[in-house]
Amino acid sequence: MNKESMTRELVLPGDLLDAGTMKPGEGTYVHDGKIFAAMLGIKSVKSNFVNVIPLGGRYIPAPGDMIIGKVIDIGPSNWLVDIYSPYPAPLHVNEVPWRVEFGDTARYLAVGDTLLAKVLSVDETKRVQVTMKEQGLRKLQGGQIVEISHSKVPRVIGKNGSMIQMIKTYTNCRIFIGQNGRIWMDGNMEDMVHAMQAIKMIDEGAQTLKLTERVKEFLESVYRKEE
Amino acid sequence: MGGNSDMKLIDENGIRIDGRKVDELRPIKIEAGVLKSADGSAYVEIGKNKVLAAVYGPRECHPRHMQNPAKAIVQCKYNMISFSVSDRKRPGPDRRSVEISKLISEAMEYVVFTENYPRTSIDVYIEVLQANAGTRCAGLTAAAVALADAGIPMKDIVPAVAVGKVNDQVVLDLNKEEDNYGQADLPIAMIPRTGEVLLMQMDGHLTQAEFDQALEMGVKACHEIYEMQKDALRRRYAVVSGEGEEETKGLVHAMTEEA
Repeated sequence: MNKESMTRELVLPGDLLDAGTMKPGEGTYVHDGKIFAAMLGIKSVKSNFVNVIPLGGRYIPAPGDMIIGKVIDIGPSNWLVDIYSPYPAPLHVNEVPWRVEFGDTARYLAVGDTLLAKVLSVDETKRVQVTMKEQGLRKLQGGQIVEISHSKVPRVIGKNGSMIQMIKTYTNCRIFIGQNGRIWMDGNMEDMVHAMQAIKMIDEGAQTLKLTERVKEFLESVYRKEE
Repeated sequence: MGGNSDMKLIDENGIRIDGRKVDELRPIKIEAGVLKSADGSAYVEIGKNKVLAAVYGPRECHPRHMQNPAKAIVQCKYNMISFSVSDRKRPGPDRRSVEISKLISEAMEYVVFTENYPRTSIDVYIEVLQANAGTRCAGLTAAAVALADAGIPMKDIVPAVAVGKVNDQVVLDLNKEEDNYGQADLPIAMIPRTGEVLLMQMDGHLTQAEFDQALEMGVKACHEIYEMQKDALRRRYAVVSGEGEEETKGLVHAMTEEA
């Protein structure tokens, strides 16, 4: 991590980011040879690229993203999956780990089912395809779903997974995080409530200082009381 | 416009009926992110105008035939609430609000990077809670802040202001009386950085010289409003400085596996 990427400066659309030496990255645009911010976010500089890390906005699928989807419709040879983005994604029968007869789709996944999937492809008009044909991808049974902004997913995971690891150890919940901002968890009812509160805390205070410490304090306080 | 223009709206010292100078704006208050359920929102007060704007999207576009496979569409809805004016306004869209909705939609479509979100629609709802002349400008000002608050990529934040002619003088930011009994009204919306004009209408008559003076006055005021819009957004997203946690995109995969 170089020093420049540590600076966290809030930028607004139209703010000048750089006037020549650097290259435009994500969330930026070029006008008259100068780089401007295209959205509200945090300015970050990485290997001579200026980027704007968004603070909000909708999830836009990218190939290879691990996501948590909900089945919203069933066709004879595919399911339509809501991936918490402006674009619904079809899941074809060839992309599931089971052998499904034509018209027999409803026996495997019903409307309302939650699944862990991966974005297979996204074309230029943002037509998305998802797959479940990979190790670890499956239907998620039971549990609960929390939805947060996709831009805060890195904060929930934390540096080297420290944040999510901490929540898992304290609450004893099984937790899956989708890149699209959906979080699935399963465990004791009360533990889940605490895990959910911790995640909400991260969602609300994503840009604040010493977040890990505060979440730790919170979890410690609730679990000390219970003993 | 057009009423009895012999009404005295500016005194000998160049002071208007609400105590402002000819090139003075009404007091402005802008707040970003006031609504919880919308993706982005803003509340704007310009003098006695009170306007609320909410942004949803980008989301799947309905009806489907309005989708554009190459870019997103921006749909603004400008609405005056029945109690926004002294005589109760019959609710629902009318000729005037349909026109203003279209104007604001087209202005916003130009600044938003619509090509990033093909087949979607970005919906902006502008509700006028209290009207006192210049609501289309207040609405557009609020809409621009709400769009930025929603994290939508755009070229710049757009301010808007009206300039007019009252008692043969060019004045900035007309109030209700000046709008009703004045001689001209010229709302302007622009991209401050490049000077591109996104919206301009004229009601009444101005000479070439008056128009040039009005435009110059409007551009200057737009820059002032622009700073207030940016200030509102900065206040909303005040960063308490970060703890330097790096982005951990590559880690998502590892972490979603069971621990």
